[in-house]
Amino acid sequence: MVLSADVASPPWSWNLLADFQQMWAYPFMVNAFRAGAIVAVVAAAVGWFVVLRRQTFAAHTVSAVAFPGAAGAVLLGFGAVYGYFTLCVAAALVIAAARGDGEGAESALTGTVQAFLLACGFLFVALYKGLLEGPQTILFGTFLGITTTQVTVLLCAGAAVLAVLALIGRPLLFASVDPRVAAARGVPVRALSTAFLVLLGAATAEASQITGTLLVFALMVIPAATARTITARPGISLLLAVLFSFTATWAGLIAAYYAPYPLGFFVTSFAFSGYVLALGLRALHGALPGRGVAA
Amino acid sequence: MTRPRAVDGPRLPAPRAESGPVLELRAAAARRGGRTLWSGVELTVREGEFTAVLGPNGAGKSTLVKMLLGAAPVAAGEVRVLGARPGQANHRIGYLPQRRSFDASMRIRGIDVVRLGLDGDRWGVPLPFGGPRHRDARQRVAEAVELVGASAYAHRPIGQCSGGEQQRLLIAQALVRRPQLLLLDEPLDSLDLSHQGGVAALIGRICHQEGVAVVMVAHDVNPILHHLDQVLYLAEGGSAGGTPEEVITSATLTRLYGTRVEVLRASDGRLVVVGRPETTGGGHGALR
Repeated sequence: MVLSADVASPPWSWNLLADFQQMWAYPFMVNAFRAGAIVAVVAAAVGWFVVLRRQTFAAHTVSAVAFPGAAGAVLLGFGAVYGYFTLCVAAALVIAAARGDGEGAESALTGTVQAFLLACGFLFVALYKGLLEGPQTILFGTFLGITTTQVTVLLCAGAAVLAVLALIGRPLLFASVDPRVAAARGVPVRALSTAFLVLLGAATAEASQITGTLLVFALMVIPAATARTITARPGISLLLAVLFSFTATWAGLIAAYYAPYPLGFFVTSFAFSGYVLALGLRALHGALPGRGVAA
Repeated sequence: MTRPRAVDGPRLPAPRAESGPVLELRAAAARRGGRTLWSGVELTVREGEFTAVLGPNGAGKSTLVKMLLGAAPVAAGEVRVLGARPGQANHRIGYLPQRRSFDASMRIRGIDVVRLGLDGDRWGVPLPFGGPRHRDARQRVAEAVELVGASAYAHRPIGQCSGGEQQRLLIAQALVRRPQLLLLDEPLDSLDLSHQGGVAALIGRICHQEGVAVVMVAHDVNPILHHLDQVLYLAEGGSAGGTPEEVITSATLTRLYGTRVEVLRASDGRLVVVGRPETTGGGHGALR
Protein backbone atom coordinates (compact mmCIF):
# COMPACT_ATOMS: atom_id res chain seq x y z
CA MET A 1 0.00 0.00 0.00
CA VAL A 2 1.22 3.46 -0.74
CA LEU A 3 1.53 6.07 1.89
CA SER A 4 2.71 9.08 -0.01
CA ALA A 5 5.20 11.29 1.73
CA ASP A 6 3.02 14.28 1.57
CA VAL A 7 1.38 16.91 3.73
CA ALA A 8 2.67 17.09 7.26
CA SER A 9 5.30 14.37 7.32
CA PRO A 10 8.83 15.72 7.04
CA PRO A 11 11.22 13.95 4.71
CA TRP A 12 13.92 11.44 5.63
CA SER A 13 16.59 13.24 7.60
CA TRP A 14 19.45 10.71 8.04
CA ASN A 15 19.08 11.31 11.74
CA LEU A 16 17.80 7.84 12.57
CA LEU A 17 16.67 8.74 16.05
CA ALA A 18 14.59 11.65 14.85
CA ASP A 19 13.22 9.58 11.99
CA PHE A 20 12.11 6.77 14.27
CA GLN A 21 10.61 9.25 16.75
CA GLN A 22 8.66 10.76 13.94
CA MET A 23 7.46 7.43 12.48
CA TRP A 24 6.63 6.00 15.85
CA ALA A 25 4.48 8.98 16.67
CA TYR A 26 1.85 7.10 14.67
CA PRO A 27 0.47 4.04 16.46
CA PHE A 28 -0.06 2.26 13.13
CA MET A 29 3.64 2.64 12.36
CA VAL A 30 4.59 1.26 15.78
CA ASN A 31 2.37 -1.72 15.09
CA ALA A 32 3.86 -2.10 11.63
CA PHE A 33 7.41 -2.23 13.04
CA ARG A 34 6.35 -4.65 15.77
CA ALA A 35 4.56 -6.92 13.33
CA GLY A 36 7.45 -6.64 10.91
CA ALA A 37 9.97 -7.72 13.53
CA ILE A 38 7.92 -10.74 14.60
CA VAL A 39 7.20 -11.83 11.06
CA ALA A 40 10.80 -11.36 9.91
CA VAL A 41 12.21 -13.54 12.67
CA VAL A 42 9.65 -16.33 12.32
CA ALA A 43 9.67 -16.40 8.52
CA ALA A 44 13.46 -16.46 8.31
CA ALA A 45 13.86 -19.22 10.89
CA VAL A 46 11.30 -21.45 9.21
CA GLY A 47 12.52 -20.38 5.78
CA TRP A 48 16.04 -21.53 6.60
CA PHE A 49 14.72 -25.07 6.92
CA VAL A 50 12.56 -24.62 3.80
CA VAL A 51 15.69 -23.87 1.78
CA LEU A 52 17.63 -26.70 3.41
CA ARG A 53 14.82 -29.17 2.72
CA ARG A 54 14.17 -27.78 -0.77
CA GLN A 55 10.51 -27.33 -0.01
CA THR A 56 10.10 -24.01 -1.75
CA PHE A 57 7.35 -25.46 -3.92
CA ALA A 58 5.41 -26.47 -0.83
CA ALA A 59 5.98 -22.97 0.56
CA HIS A 60 4.75 -21.51 -2.69
CA THR A 61 1.59 -23.63 -2.61
CA VAL A 62 0.89 -22.69 0.97
CA SER A 63 1.38 -19.00 0.23
CA ALA A 64 -0.85 -19.21 -2.84
CA VAL A 65 -3.76 -20.51 -0.80
CA ALA A 66 -3.21 -17.71 1.72
CA PHE A 67 -4.86 -15.44 -0.84
CA PRO A 68 -8.31 -17.10 -0.90
CA GLY A 69 -8.00 -17.58 2.86
CA ALA A 70 -7.57 -13.90 3.47
CA ALA A 71 -10.13 -12.87 0.85
CA GLY A 72 -12.68 -15.35 2.21
CA ALA A 73 -12.14 -14.25 5.79
CA VAL A 74 -12.55 -10.60 4.86
CA LEU A 75 -15.71 -11.44 2.91
CA LEU A 76 -17.15 -13.32 5.88
CA GLY A 77 -16.33 -10.47 8.21
CA PHE A 78 -13.42 -12.01 10.13
CA GLY A 79 -10.03 -10.36 9.99
CA ALA A 80 -7.73 -11.45 7.20
CA VAL A 81 -5.31 -12.71 9.88
CA TYR A 82 -7.54 -15.66 10.73
CA GLY A 83 -8.09 -16.47 7.09
CA TYR A 84 -4.34 -16.62 6.52
CA PHE A 85 -3.71 -18.93 9.44
CA THR A 86 -6.66 -21.25 8.78
CA LEU A 87 -5.99 -21.84 5.13
CA CYS A 88 -2.20 -21.91 5.32
CA VAL A 89 -2.16 -24.54 8.04
CA ALA A 90 -4.94 -26.49 6.30
CA ALA A 91 -2.98 -26.39 3.05
CA ALA A 92 0.14 -27.59 4.86
CA LEU A 93 -1.79 -30.56 6.24
CA VAL A 94 -3.18 -31.37 2.78
CA ILE A 95 0.32 -31.35 1.32
CA ALA A 96 1.56 -33.53 4.18
CA ALA A 97 -1.25 -36.02 3.55
CA ALA A 98 -0.89 -35.97 -0.22
CA ARG A 99 2.86 -36.24 -0.52
CA GLY A 100 2.89 -39.92 0.35
CA ASP A 101 6.18 -41.72 0.70
CA GLY A 102 8.15 -39.91 -1.97
CA GLU A 103 10.12 -37.26 -0.13
CA GLY A 104 9.78 -34.00 -2.04
CA ALA A 105 7.41 -35.49 -4.60
CA GLU A 106 4.59 -33.02 -4.86
CA SER A 107 1.39 -34.60 -5.99
CA ALA A 108 -0.86 -33.39 -8.76
CA LEU A 109 -3.57 -33.12 -6.13
CA THR A 110 -1.74 -30.23 -4.51
CA GLY A 111 -1.63 -28.29 -7.73
CA THR A 112 -5.27 -29.05 -8.48
CA VAL A 113 -6.47 -27.85 -5.10
CA GLN A 114 -4.22 -24.80 -5.32
CA ALA A 115 -5.71 -23.74 -8.66
CA PHE A 116 -9.26 -24.17 -7.36
CA LEU A 117 -8.59 -22.21 -4.20
CA LEU A 118 -6.98 -19.37 -6.12
CA ALA A 119 -10.10 -19.19 -8.26
CA CYS A 120 -12.20 -19.06 -5.08
CA GLY A 121 -10.06 -16.21 -3.81
CA PHE A 122 -10.64 -14.34 -7.03
CA LEU A 123 -14.37 -14.86 -6.62
CA PHE A 124 -14.30 -13.63 -3.00
CA VAL A 125 -12.52 -10.48 -4.04
CA ALA A 126 -15.03 -9.88 -6.84
CA LEU A 127 -17.94 -10.44 -4.42
CA TYR A 128 -16.42 -8.02 -1.97
CA LYS A 129 -16.31 -5.40 -4.70
CA GLY A 130 -13.12 -3.83 -3.45
CA LEU A 131 -14.77 -2.04 -0.55
CA LEU A 132 -11.60 -2.36 1.47
CA GLU A 133 -8.12 -2.72 0.07
CA GLY A 134 -8.87 -5.11 -2.75
CA PRO A 135 -6.68 -7.95 -3.96
CA GLN A 136 -3.58 -5.84 -4.31
CA THR A 137 -3.07 -5.61 -0.57
CA ILE A 138 -3.54 -9.32 -0.08
CA LEU A 139 -1.21 -10.13 -2.95
CA PHE A 140 1.52 -7.59 -2.32
CA GLY A 141 1.24 -6.68 1.34
CA THR A 142 0.54 -3.63 3.43
CA PHE A 143 1.63 -2.05 6.64
CA LEU A 144 -1.38 0.16 7.10
CA GLY A 145 -4.03 -0.62 9.63
CA ILE A 146 -2.26 -3.38 11.55
CA THR A 147 -4.09 -3.38 14.86
CA THR A 148 -2.66 -4.13 18.27
CA THR A 149 -4.82 -7.25 18.36
CA GLN A 150 -3.24 -8.42 15.13
CA VAL A 151 0.20 -7.84 16.57
CA THR A 152 -0.75 -9.95 19.59
CA VAL A 153 -2.00 -12.75 17.34
CA LEU A 154 1.21 -12.58 15.32
CA LEU A 155 3.31 -12.62 18.47
CA CYS A 156 1.54 -15.61 20.00
CA ALA A 157 1.58 -17.63 16.80
CA GLY A 158 5.18 -16.64 16.14
CA ALA A 159 6.31 -17.58 19.63
CA ALA A 160 4.57 -20.95 19.30
CA VAL A 161 6.25 -21.60 15.94
CA LEU A 162 9.69 -20.68 17.28
CA ALA A 163 9.21 -22.77 20.41
CA VAL A 164 8.27 -25.87 18.40
CA LEU A 165 11.11 -25.20 15.97
CA ALA A 166 13.58 -24.95 18.84
CA LEU A 167 12.33 -28.25 20.23
CA ILE A 168 12.47 -30.21 16.97
CA GLY A 169 15.27 -28.22 15.29
CA ARG A 170 18.14 -30.65 15.70
CA PRO A 171 16.33 -33.86 14.69
CA LEU A 172 14.72 -31.86 11.86
CA LEU A 173 18.17 -30.85 10.65
CA PHE A 174 19.28 -34.49 10.84
CA ALA A 175 16.16 -35.69 9.02
CA SER A 176 16.60 -32.99 6.35
CA VAL A 177 20.27 -33.60 5.67
CA ASP A 178 20.33 -37.34 6.04
CA PRO A 179 16.85 -38.90 6.27
CA ARG A 180 17.80 -42.57 6.05
CA VAL A 181 20.45 -42.49 8.75
CA ALA A 182 18.18 -40.33 10.90
CA ALA A 183 15.41 -42.91 10.54
CA ALA A 184 17.80 -45.69 11.51
CA ARG A 185 18.70 -43.69 14.61
CA GLY A 186 15.05 -43.54 15.62
CA VAL A 187 14.27 -40.00 14.45
CA PRO A 188 10.57 -39.91 13.44
CA VAL A 189 11.30 -38.57 9.95
CA ARG A 190 7.73 -38.59 8.63
CA ALA A 191 6.18 -37.05 11.72
CA LEU A 192 8.81 -34.33 11.66
CA SER A 193 8.05 -33.66 8.01
CA THR A 194 4.37 -33.14 8.81
CA ALA A 195 5.13 -31.01 11.86
CA PHE A 196 7.44 -28.86 9.79
CA LEU A 197 4.78 -28.33 7.12
CA VAL A 198 2.43 -27.04 9.81
CA LEU A 199 5.12 -24.65 11.01
CA LEU A 200 5.62 -23.65 7.40
CA GLY A 201 1.90 -22.93 7.09
CA ALA A 202 1.89 -20.75 10.21
CA ALA A 203 5.03 -18.89 9.18
CA THR A 204 3.65 -18.30 5.68
CA ALA A 205 0.44 -16.94 7.19
CA GLU A 206 2.52 -14.52 9.25
CA ALA A 207 4.72 -13.41 6.39
CA SER A 208 1.75 -12.97 4.04
CA GLN A 209 0.54 -10.11 6.18
CA ILE A 210 3.65 -8.04 5.65
CA THR A 211 4.81 -8.97 2.16
CA GLY A 212 1.52 -10.18 0.71
CA THR A 213 1.00 -13.75 -0.44
CA LEU A 214 2.98 -13.34 -3.65
CA LEU A 215 6.09 -11.98 -1.98
CA VAL A 216 6.32 -14.35 0.97
CA PHE A 217 9.58 -15.69 -0.42
CA ALA A 218 11.17 -12.30 0.22
CA LEU A 219 11.28 -13.19 3.90
CA MET A 220 11.22 -16.99 3.70
CA VAL A 221 13.67 -17.87 1.00
CA ILE A 222 15.91 -14.90 0.20
CA PRO A 223 17.39 -14.33 3.70
CA ALA A 224 18.06 -18.04 4.14
CA ALA A 225 19.60 -18.30 0.69
CA THR A 226 21.77 -15.27 1.45
CA ALA A 227 22.94 -16.66 4.77
CA ARG A 228 23.77 -20.02 3.23
CA THR A 229 25.84 -18.26 0.61
CA ILE A 230 27.94 -16.69 3.33
CA THR A 231 28.48 -19.58 5.72
CA ALA A 232 28.05 -23.34 5.89
CA ARG A 233 27.84 -23.38 9.70
CA PRO A 234 24.22 -24.25 10.49
CA GLY A 235 23.80 -22.19 13.67
CA ILE A 236 25.45 -19.06 12.36
CA SER A 237 23.68 -19.37 9.05
CA LEU A 238 20.30 -19.54 10.80
CA LEU A 239 21.08 -16.46 12.91
CA LEU A 240 22.28 -14.54 9.85
CA ALA A 241 19.07 -15.40 8.00
CA VAL A 242 17.03 -13.96 10.86
CA LEU A 243 19.22 -10.86 10.93
CA PHE A 244 18.92 -10.30 7.17
CA SER A 245 15.19 -10.81 7.22
CA PHE A 246 14.77 -8.39 10.11
CA THR A 247 16.95 -5.76 8.43
CA ALA A 248 15.14 -6.06 5.10
CA THR A 249 11.76 -5.73 6.80
CA TRP A 250 12.57 -2.71 8.92
CA ALA A 251 14.48 -0.99 6.13
CA GLY A 252 11.49 -1.74 3.86
CA LEU A 253 9.11 -0.20 6.37
CA ILE A 254 11.19 2.94 6.64
CA ALA A 255 11.50 3.22 2.88
CA ALA A 256 7.79 2.64 2.35
CA TYR A 257 7.01 5.34 4.91
CA TYR A 258 9.10 7.95 3.21
CA ALA A 259 8.80 6.96 -0.43
CA PRO A 260 5.61 6.65 -2.44
CA TYR A 261 6.13 2.99 -3.38
CA PRO A 262 4.68 -0.18 -1.88
CA LEU A 263 6.13 -2.03 1.10
CA GLY A 264 6.37 -5.41 -0.62
CA PHE A 265 8.58 -3.92 -3.30
CA PHE A 266 10.99 -2.43 -0.78
CA VAL A 267 11.28 -5.48 1.47
CA THR A 268 11.84 -7.75 -1.51
CA SER A 269 14.30 -5.38 -3.15
CA PHE A 270 16.37 -4.98 0.01
CA ALA A 271 16.45 -8.72 0.57
CA PHE A 272 17.34 -9.29 -3.07
CA SER A 273 20.11 -6.67 -2.94
CA GLY A 274 21.54 -8.43 0.09
CA TYR A 275 21.53 -11.71 -1.80
CA VAL A 276 23.30 -10.24 -4.81
CA LEU A 277 25.81 -8.56 -2.53
CA ALA A 278 26.47 -11.85 -0.72
CA LEU A 279 26.97 -13.67 -4.03
CA GLY A 280 29.38 -10.95 -5.12
CA LEU A 281 31.34 -11.12 -1.87
CA ARG A 282 31.56 -14.88 -2.13
CA ALA A 283 32.81 -14.72 -5.69
CA LEU A 284 35.39 -12.15 -4.59
CA HIS A 285 36.35 -14.29 -1.61
CA GLY A 286 36.70 -17.36 -3.79
CA ALA A 287 38.91 -15.44 -6.19
CA LEU A 288 41.42 -14.57 -3.48
CA PRO A 289 44.33 -17.03 -3.50
CA GLY A 290 44.16 -19.77 -0.90
CA ARG A 291 40.76 -18.75 0.42
CA GLY A 292 38.56 -20.47 -2.10
CA VAL A 293 37.29 -23.20 0.18
CA ALA A 294 36.54 -21.25 3.33
CA ALA A 295 33.31 -22.27 4.99
CA MET B 1 54.46 -40.39 32.74
CA THR B 2 51.35 -40.96 34.71
CA ARG B 3 50.00 -43.77 32.59
CA PRO B 4 52.70 -46.34 31.84
CA ARG B 5 50.00 -48.80 30.81
CA ALA B 6 49.49 -46.86 27.64
CA VAL B 7 52.52 -48.48 26.04
CA ASP B 8 51.37 -52.06 26.17
CA GLY B 9 50.22 -52.34 22.60
CA PRO B 10 48.13 -50.79 19.89
CA ARG B 11 45.07 -48.78 20.76
CA LEU B 12 42.46 -51.09 22.18
CA PRO B 13 38.79 -50.75 21.42
CA ALA B 14 36.50 -49.62 24.18
CA PRO B 15 35.71 -52.53 26.49
CA ARG B 16 32.70 -54.52 25.39
CA ALA B 17 30.03 -55.53 27.84
CA GLU B 18 29.16 -58.83 26.22
CA SER B 19 31.45 -61.33 24.57
CA GLY B 20 28.91 -63.11 22.37
CA PRO B 21 28.80 -62.71 18.61
CA VAL B 22 27.89 -59.28 17.29
CA LEU B 23 25.55 -60.76 14.76
CA GLU B 24 23.86 -64.13 14.58
CA LEU B 25 21.50 -65.40 11.89
CA ARG B 26 20.03 -68.88 12.19
CA ALA B 27 18.02 -70.26 9.25
CA ALA B 28 16.94 -66.71 8.56
CA ALA B 29 14.75 -65.83 5.60
CA ALA B 30 13.47 -62.64 4.01
CA ARG B 31 10.36 -62.07 1.95
CA ARG B 32 9.31 -59.09 -0.10
CA GLY B 33 5.96 -58.77 -1.79
CA GLY B 34 5.10 -62.40 -1.10
CA ARG B 35 8.29 -63.64 -2.74
CA THR B 36 11.03 -65.30 -0.73
CA LEU B 37 14.23 -63.37 -1.40
CA TRP B 38 16.53 -65.68 0.46
CA SER B 39 16.22 -68.34 3.10
CA GLY B 40 18.27 -70.63 5.27
CA VAL B 41 20.94 -68.02 5.87
CA GLU B 42 23.41 -68.91 8.59
CA LEU B 43 25.82 -66.20 9.64
CA THR B 44 27.88 -65.39 12.70
CA VAL B 45 29.87 -62.19 12.87
CA ARG B 46 32.24 -61.56 15.76
CA GLU B 47 33.93 -58.44 17.00
CA GLY B 48 36.52 -57.15 14.55
CA GLU B 49 35.37 -59.34 11.67
CA PHE B 50 34.86 -58.02 8.16
CA THR B 51 31.98 -59.68 6.32
CA ALA B 52 30.91 -58.95 2.77
CA VAL B 53 27.38 -59.61 1.52
CA LEU B 54 27.46 -60.41 -2.19
CA GLY B 55 24.89 -61.42 -4.75
CA PRO B 56 23.13 -60.30 -7.90
CA ASN B 57 20.89 -57.23 -7.97
CA GLY B 58 17.50 -57.87 -6.43
CA ALA B 59 18.81 -60.75 -4.32
CA GLY B 60 17.86 -58.89 -1.15
CA LYS B 61 21.25 -57.65 0.05
CA SER B 62 19.89 -54.27 1.15
CA THR B 63 16.90 -56.06 2.64
CA LEU B 64 19.32 -57.95 4.86
CA VAL B 65 20.77 -54.65 6.10
CA LYS B 66 17.28 -53.25 6.72
CA MET B 67 16.37 -56.43 8.56
CA LEU B 68 19.39 -56.05 10.84
CA LEU B 69 18.21 -52.51 11.63
CA GLY B 70 14.71 -53.74 12.39
CA ALA B 71 13.25 -51.91 9.39
CA ALA B 72 12.32 -55.10 7.50
CA PRO B 73 10.65 -58.16 9.05
CA VAL B 74 12.37 -61.46 9.66
CA ALA B 75 10.27 -63.92 7.67
CA ALA B 76 11.68 -67.03 9.31
CA GLY B 77 14.48 -68.18 11.55
CA GLU B 78 16.26 -66.26 14.25
CA VAL B 79 18.22 -63.02 14.03
CA ARG B 80 20.17 -61.55 16.94
CA VAL B 81 21.94 -58.22 16.64
CA LEU B 82 24.29 -57.29 19.50
CA GLY B 83 22.49 -59.81 21.66
CA ALA B 84 19.05 -58.32 21.06
CA ARG B 85 16.25 -58.41 18.53
CA PRO B 86 16.87 -56.34 15.37
CA GLY B 87 16.03 -52.68 15.93
CA GLN B 88 16.67 -52.87 19.68
CA ALA B 89 20.35 -51.97 19.51
CA ASN B 90 20.42 -49.43 16.69
CA HIS B 91 22.22 -46.88 18.86
CA ARG B 92 25.22 -49.21 18.87
CA ILE B 93 25.17 -49.62 15.08
CA GLY B 94 26.74 -47.30 12.55
CA TYR B 95 24.77 -47.34 9.30
CA LEU B 96 25.76 -46.12 5.87
CA PRO B 97 22.85 -46.33 3.41
CA GLN B 98 23.21 -47.00 -0.28
CA ARG B 99 24.13 -44.32 -2.82
CA ARG B 100 24.13 -41.24 -0.74
CA SER B 101 25.82 -38.14 -1.93
CA PHE B 102 25.41 -34.45 -1.34
CA ASP B 103 25.26 -32.15 -4.35
CA ALA B 104 27.06 -28.84 -4.52
CA SER B 105 24.09 -26.91 -3.15
CA MET B 106 24.35 -28.66 0.22
CA ARG B 107 25.80 -25.82 2.26
CA ILE B 108 26.61 -27.62 5.45
CA ARG B 109 30.10 -28.54 6.61
CA GLY B 110 31.32 -32.11 6.70
CA ILE B 111 31.98 -31.75 10.39
CA ASP B 112 28.32 -30.80 10.95
CA VAL B 113 27.19 -33.95 9.17
CA VAL B 114 29.52 -36.00 11.38
CA ARG B 115 28.19 -34.19 14.45
CA LEU B 116 24.60 -35.09 13.49
CA GLY B 117 25.64 -38.72 13.79
CA LEU B 118 26.63 -38.05 17.40
CA ASP B 119 23.63 -36.15 18.77
CA GLY B 120 21.40 -35.28 15.82
CA ASP B 121 18.58 -37.33 17.27
CA ARG B 122 18.35 -35.29 20.48
CA TRP B 123 15.47 -32.89 20.95
CA GLY B 124 15.94 -29.30 21.92
CA VAL B 125 18.64 -26.77 21.13
CA PRO B 126 22.22 -27.40 22.19
CA LEU B 127 23.73 -24.63 24.24
CA PRO B 128 25.95 -22.69 21.89
CA PHE B 129 29.06 -22.34 24.03
CA GLY B 130 30.94 -24.07 26.76
CA GLY B 131 30.08 -26.97 28.98
CA PRO B 132 32.17 -30.13 29.32
CA ARG B 133 29.62 -32.05 27.28
CA HIS B 134 30.00 -29.61 24.43
CA ARG B 135 33.78 -30.00 24.55
CA ASP B 136 33.52 -33.79 24.68
CA ALA B 137 31.24 -33.81 21.68
CA ARG B 138 33.60 -31.63 19.65
CA GLN B 139 36.52 -33.79 20.59
CA ARG B 140 34.69 -36.99 19.68
CA VAL B 141 33.76 -35.54 16.28
CA ALA B 142 37.38 -34.45 15.69
CA GLU B 143 38.58 -37.97 16.62
CA ALA B 144 36.19 -39.63 14.20
CA VAL B 145 37.20 -37.23 11.42
CA GLU B 146 40.87 -37.88 12.19
CA LEU B 147 40.32 -41.65 12.16
CA VAL B 148 39.01 -41.58 8.60
CA GLY B 149 41.68 -39.11 7.52
CA ALA B 150 39.21 -36.37 6.62
CA SER B 151 40.62 -33.54 8.74
CA ALA B 152 41.82 -31.58 5.72
CA TYR B 153 38.36 -31.05 4.24
CA ALA B 154 35.94 -31.59 7.16
CA HIS B 155 35.39 -27.84 7.48
CA ARG B 156 34.41 -27.44 3.85
CA PRO B 157 30.77 -27.55 2.77
CA ILE B 158 30.17 -31.24 2.18
CA GLY B 159 28.61 -30.56 -1.22
CA GLN B 160 31.98 -29.34 -2.44
CA CYS B 161 33.82 -32.50 -1.40
CA SER B 162 34.50 -35.27 -3.89
CA GLY B 163 32.62 -38.56 -3.73
CA GLY B 164 35.48 -40.26 -1.90
CA GLU B 165 35.80 -37.43 0.61
CA GLN B 166 32.06 -37.47 1.25
CA GLN B 167 32.16 -41.22 1.76
CA ARG B 168 34.97 -40.86 4.34
CA LEU B 169 32.99 -38.18 6.18
CA LEU B 170 29.90 -40.40 6.15
CA ILE B 171 31.96 -43.26 7.55
CA ALA B 172 33.14 -40.86 10.28
CA GLN B 173 29.48 -40.04 10.93
CA ALA B 174 28.68 -43.74 11.25
CA LEU B 175 31.67 -44.21 13.60
CA VAL B 176 31.24 -41.18 15.80
CA ARG B 177 29.25 -42.96 18.49
CA ARG B 178 31.78 -45.79 18.71
CA PRO B 179 29.42 -48.42 17.31
CA GLN B 180 30.15 -52.11 17.75
CA LEU B 181 28.75 -52.91 14.33
CA LEU B 182 29.04 -51.04 11.04
CA LEU B 183 26.45 -51.75 8.35
CA LEU B 184 27.62 -50.42 5.00
CA ASP B 185 25.43 -50.63 1.92
CA GLU B 186 27.60 -50.48 -1.19
CA PRO B 187 29.92 -47.75 0.10
CA LEU B 188 32.31 -48.11 -2.85
CA ASP B 189 29.62 -48.01 -5.50
CA SER B 190 29.87 -44.40 -6.61
CA LEU B 191 33.63 -44.07 -6.23
CA ASP B 192 36.24 -44.27 -8.93
CA LEU B 193 38.82 -47.04 -8.80
CA SER B 194 41.58 -45.16 -6.96
CA HIS B 195 39.22 -44.03 -4.20
CA GLN B 196 37.67 -47.49 -3.91
CA GLY B 197 40.98 -48.93 -2.77
CA GLY B 198 41.53 -46.17 -0.21
CA VAL B 199 38.07 -46.38 1.32
CA ALA B 200 38.22 -50.20 1.34
CA ALA B 201 41.55 -50.07 3.19
CA LEU B 202 40.07 -47.57 5.65
CA ILE B 203 37.12 -49.86 6.38
CA GLY B 204 39.46 -52.82 6.80
CA ARG B 205 41.63 -50.83 9.20
CA ILE B 206 38.64 -49.68 11.28
CA CYS B 207 37.42 -53.25 11.42
CA HIS B 208 40.65 -54.96 12.40
CA GLN B 209 42.34 -52.26 14.47
CA GLU B 210 39.35 -50.69 16.21
CA GLY B 211 37.59 -54.01 16.66
CA VAL B 212 34.36 -52.91 15.01
CA ALA B 213 32.45 -55.68 13.25
CA VAL B 214 31.73 -54.69 9.66
CA VAL B 215 28.99 -56.05 7.42
CA MET B 216 29.31 -54.57 3.97
CA VAL B 217 27.02 -55.06 1.01
CA ALA B 218 29.22 -55.06 -2.06
CA HIS B 219 28.72 -54.99 -5.73
CA ASP B 220 32.27 -55.89 -6.58
CA VAL B 221 34.27 -58.03 -4.19
CA ASN B 222 37.69 -57.27 -5.65
CA PRO B 223 38.52 -53.97 -3.89
CA ILE B 224 37.81 -55.52 -0.47
CA LEU B 225 38.90 -59.10 -1.18
CA HIS B 226 42.11 -59.11 0.85
CA HIS B 227 40.49 -57.35 3.86
CA LEU B 228 37.65 -59.86 4.17
CA ASP B 229 37.21 -62.46 6.88
CA GLN B 230 34.08 -64.00 5.46
CA VAL B 231 31.59 -63.73 2.65
CA LEU B 232 27.84 -64.27 2.56
CA TYR B 233 26.60 -64.90 -0.93
CA LEU B 234 22.87 -64.40 -1.48
CA ALA B 235 21.13 -65.64 -4.59
CA GLU B 236 17.66 -66.69 -5.54
CA GLY B 237 18.55 -70.34 -5.22
CA GLY B 238 19.84 -70.02 -1.68
CA SER B 239 22.86 -68.73 0.10
CA ALA B 240 26.39 -69.66 0.94
CA GLY B 241 28.68 -68.42 3.68
CA GLY B 242 32.31 -68.87 4.59
CA THR B 243 35.70 -67.53 3.70
CA PRO B 244 36.04 -65.96 0.24
CA GLU B 245 38.15 -68.94 -0.88
CA GLU B 246 35.34 -71.32 0.10
CA VAL B 247 32.43 -69.35 -1.31
CA ILE B 248 33.65 -67.69 -4.47
CA THR B 249 34.34 -70.89 -6.35
CA SER B 250 33.00 -72.35 -9.53
CA ALA B 251 31.28 -75.14 -7.62
CA THR B 252 29.47 -72.94 -5.10
CA LEU B 253 28.31 -70.33 -7.58
CA THR B 254 27.22 -73.00 -10.05
CA ARG B 255 25.09 -74.50 -7.29
CA LEU B 256 23.62 -71.11 -6.29
CA TYR B 257 22.76 -70.06 -9.83
CA GLY B 258 21.68 -73.49 -10.92
CA THR B 259 23.70 -73.17 -14.08
CA ARG B 260 27.35 -73.51 -14.97
CA VAL B 261 29.44 -70.61 -13.65
CA GLU B 262 33.20 -70.40 -13.68
CA VAL B 263 35.36 -68.35 -11.34
CA LEU B 264 38.76 -67.37 -12.69
CA ARG B 265 41.58 -65.80 -10.76
CA ALA B 266 43.53 -63.13 -12.60
CA SER B 267 47.28 -62.81 -12.13
CA ASP B 268 46.80 -59.90 -9.69
CA GLY B 269 44.45 -61.96 -7.54
CA ARG B 270 41.25 -60.39 -8.82
CA LEU B 271 38.34 -62.71 -9.33
CA VAL B 272 36.40 -62.89 -12.55
CA VAL B 273 33.10 -64.70 -12.88
CA VAL B 274 32.35 -66.16 -16.27
CA GLY B 275 29.15 -67.58 -17.64
CA ARG B 276 26.82 -66.06 -15.11
CA PRO B 277 23.36 -66.08 -16.66
CA GLU B 278 21.92 -62.57 -17.10
CA THR B 279 18.46 -63.75 -16.08
CA THR B 280 19.49 -63.96 -12.46
CA GLY B 281 21.74 -60.97 -12.45
CA GLY B 282 19.56 -58.24 -13.84
CA GLY B 283 22.42 -56.36 -15.44
CA HIS B 284 25.29 -55.96 -13.04
CA GLY B 285 27.36 -58.77 -11.70
CA ALA B 286 28.19 -59.26 -8.09
CA LEU B 287 31.72 -59.88 -9.20
CA ARG B 288 33.45 -58.34 -12.10
